[in-house]
Amino acid sequence: MYATINEANAAVLDEMRSARPYLVDVRPAHECIPALAEGHVLMHAGPPIEWAAMTGPMKGAVLGACLFEGWAKTTEEAEAFAQKSVRFVPCHDQSAVGPMGGITSANMPVLVVRNANQGNVAYCNLNEGIGKVMRFGAFEGEVQTRLAWMRDVLAPVLSEALKRNSEGLELTALMAQAITMGDEFHQRNIAASALLLKALAADIAIGSAAAADKEEVLRFLERTDQFFLNVAMAYCKCVMDAGHAVGEGSIVTAMTRNGRDFGIRVSGLGKQWFTAPVNTPVGLFFTGYSQDDANPDIGDSAITETFGVGGAAMVAAPGVTRFVGSGGFSDALETSEEMREIYVEANTTLQIPTWDFQGACMGLDVRRVVESGITPVINTGIAHREPGIGQVGAGVVRPPLECFEQAFEALVEARSKTA
Amino acid sequence: MLSARLIKGNFQDSVTLMVLSRDLSSLADVNRVSVMMGTSANKDVFRETGMWHDDLAEATPNDLCIVIDAEGEDAGVADRIAAQVEERLAAMAKGGSKARYPVARSFRRACDQLPKADLALISVAGQYAHGLAKEALDAGLNVMIFSDNVSVEEERDLKETARERGLLVMGPDCGTAIVGKAPLAFANRIPQGPIAVVGASGTGLQEVTCQIARGGMGISHALGLGGRDLSETIGGLSAETALDFVAADEASKVVVFVSKPPAAAVRAALLDKLKRLGKPAVALFLGDHPDRRDFGDLHLTRTLDEAAALAVDLAKVEEQAASVPALTAKGIRGLYTGGTLAGEAAQLLAEALDLSADAAHDEGFMLRTAEHRIIDLGDDLYTRGRPHPMIDPFGRNEMIHALAGDADAGILLVDVVLGFGSHADPAGELARAVEEMRAARGDKAPITVIANLTGVSEDPQDYAAQAKTLEDAGILIADSVRMAVLLALRLITPAKVETATLSPLLSEPPAVINIGLRGFADDLASNDVDVVHLKWEPVSDKTEKLRRMAASLI
Repeated sequence: MYATINEANAAVLDEMRSARPYLVDVRPAHECIPALAEGHVLMHAGPPIEWAAMTGPMKGAVLGACLFEGWAKTTEEAEAFAQKSVRFVPCHDQSAVGPMGGITSANMPVLVVRNANQGNVAYCNLNEGIGKVMRFGAFEGEVQTRLAWMRDVLAPVLSEALKRNSEGLELTALMAQAITMGDEFHQRNIAASALLLKALAADIAIGSAAAADKEEVLRFLERTDQFFLNVAMAYCKCVMDAGHAVGEGSIVTAMTRNGRDFGIRVSGLGKQWFTAPVNTPVGLFFTGYSQDDANPDIGDSAITETFGVGGAAMVAAPGVTRFVGSGGFSDALETSEEMREIYVEANTTLQIPTWDFQGACMGLDVRRVVESGITPVINTGIAHREPGIGQVGAGVVRPPLECFEQAFEALVEARSKTA
Repeated sequence: MLSARLIKGNFQDSVTLMVLSRDLSSLADVNRVSVMMGTSANKDVFRETGMWHDDLAEATPNDLCIVIDAEGEDAGVADRIAAQVEERLAAMAKGGSKARYPVARSFRRACDQLPKADLALISVAGQYAHGLAKEALDAGLNVMIFSDNVSVEEERDLKETARERGLLVMGPDCGTAIVGKAPLAFANRIPQGPIAVVGASGTGLQEVTCQIARGGMGISHALGLGGRDLSETIGGLSAETALDFVAADEASKVVVFVSKPPAAAVRAALLDKLKRLGKPAVALFLGDHPDRRDFGDLHLTRTLDEAAALAVDLAKVEEQAASVPALTAKGIRGLYTGGTLAGEAAQLLAEALDLSADAAHDEGFMLRTAEHRIIDLGDDLYTRGRPHPMIDPFGRNEMIHALAGDADAGILLVDVVLGFGSHADPAGELARAVEEMRAARGDKAPITVIANLTGVSEDPQDYAAQAKTLEDAGILIADSVRMAVLLALRLITPAKVETATLSPLLSEPPAVINIGLRGFADDLASNDVDVVHLKWEPVSDKTEKLRRMAASLI
């Protein structure tokens, strides 16, 4: 027992600081996540949710997963199956995260990120690229083709390349470089994706796969600017779980959305979710779509903001701020300055040149959120509210303050019991 | 119908183009505009969203593609939109110059970001102003409350708290102030200078400070009080603090006070305070018609411009006074060749010093007290059998020589009248007499001579040359009899300050936490004032309770 919350938080931050996540492998999900090994189980983003309550993009992805796993042959069959026979579990309860719908099934590949220091592991599925993609609720035709290719070609090629290095790929240094190149790891990952490709290119080139397959993998990595997002998410999950293991304090260790509810977890409050209805992101839309098409906030990707990058590191990627308001550098600076009020520390390993080399934010404190009324800014993609259409824009959203207020009250109660 | 334009070889990032598409789509004469680079993925999007145009087929990833969906077949629309795209891209490239200052969301963070903050400018809805002002006072900040609808009880509470801590509360409902170079809320760009303005009247402060600037002077500070400060209930608490501050402020040489007439009880104390600032002061109680207008160093006026003009004159007098060595004697002697000039000097002195002017004019005395004497040398007594002193200075020169033995005399007021009929070199005559008299008195008994030079540059004696003669002889020239008297009064009034609080608010460059209207922070930043903007919004009682708990839970 720590005497004060401040001391407990210091311990949580120590664990976070000393975490050293490596990207070690890409494996089929059922090999890593026991819950997926048997029966008809799907992982989803956000706090617990059942089929009936899911919003369009998640439902679409569920249908896609049923088709992908061969549990159904048609959309109608898939719908009937999802309604009756699928068990849904949150990614977060399986040491995993998934962007947008977060739907991950047994035979989808996942990134394996291992913390070399504390030993915990985190998983995330692989980024499909842009356009019609499952994470945004598209599920037919090209989506299925791509998922199969990722399972059969991309994953084995990446796995083999990663294993050429006995320790895997050290991610902290890569991210430290990428943040100086204008990434904030949620909406902008182009630099980190390029650095990842640079690190893997030779190992992919000399791999045992057919030349055409290797070329396809390299081409895929070449054009997938957000490929690193899923790596960053696994990285952040790995770090936050290491902090959460302290079991005390008021540091937020997970923030996630299932399309209905926004949920947070706190270092001193165990596995309990504190939830409130999500907001809908505002931002810029591809031509032909508008705010009216936007699905409410969804996805585990807010794990990046939990760690202190994404919206909190907006100043590292000023271009991203134009997804909201007038945009421009002063807006980016203002956002990051505002975030400094609710994160207790600066992350000395992720220094931001455009912020006078101040470190990125670190240690989101429930008390600070409640005291200031400032909720974290989350940079996010925007899905169409109808299943099957996919991404229609990108923007910014904030969690409901109620989550933090509930968690704070629970924290006060927990302290009064032990006092 | 759809039309398309390509801008070859003009790469722009996708976010810029999404912003452009959104903005252009909202124009009146189009349904939709889509602007993207000609990558194959983007060409797919054009197709999927029903915006494909065959002109795009040849576009490369470096070509900017513009597709316009508009009613009818007007080719002009497409050209107009394409021109708009180019124009807006150019404007974006130039960028906007926004004032850069930190923004905080909590008072604690605002203080962290600006540790030297000494003033909070509050412009939130009235019901929340008291709580925020209290927080600022607790943190040791002075406060300006722009907000109205603050209860008189809350005002009293804030002002009593501030008084205990030696802090100033300007307002509530204070629309104007200038502290150093910081314009607060409604204020003008007034040059820095020696005049401090204190007032319970926003536009009154603005008008007076502008008049001062147009009069060629500047201000040190302009402090607002709020309309109710001089009421019976509040009792002029802020007026008292503000006057203490300016009394102690080195840069403030002259003080102007502007307000509506104060409550009777407050008025007496306020006048008393103004008389004892140790600095010349001008007071204007709008709508007040005072019988007596001059009280030593304090002058009452009736209009805003009069207050400003007098303050400018007093500031000039201050400049002159600063060059005069300290007096060893305080007696004023006036030796005038012009009767009316003598009369005006006597009247003004008598009123300011609460003396009675000499109505009988025996022996030409316009004022005769134990201490001060003013004589009209044009009186019959002095012109019997000799020419008028304007023609022949001999008589006055004799009287000036006689001052050598007058140990009580510290100031000599004289006139020099130029023009037709006057002596050819009156200044030369006076200068010689003064030099002789000073030589006889010696350095231990200096005497300050102030001359009123009546004339114009076209006069036969040459005004400029006459003025130079006087200056070379160490004789001060006043612009008018009134200015001469003001200078004399200034020199004989002890610079005694009874109460003064040296406030860093006035002596250091101001640093402001702005709470409420963002525009105020922009104005401060554009005037190079250190400012943090506190984004503030009201919260529910439950949230407020949780906030307090969160702030204290460690």
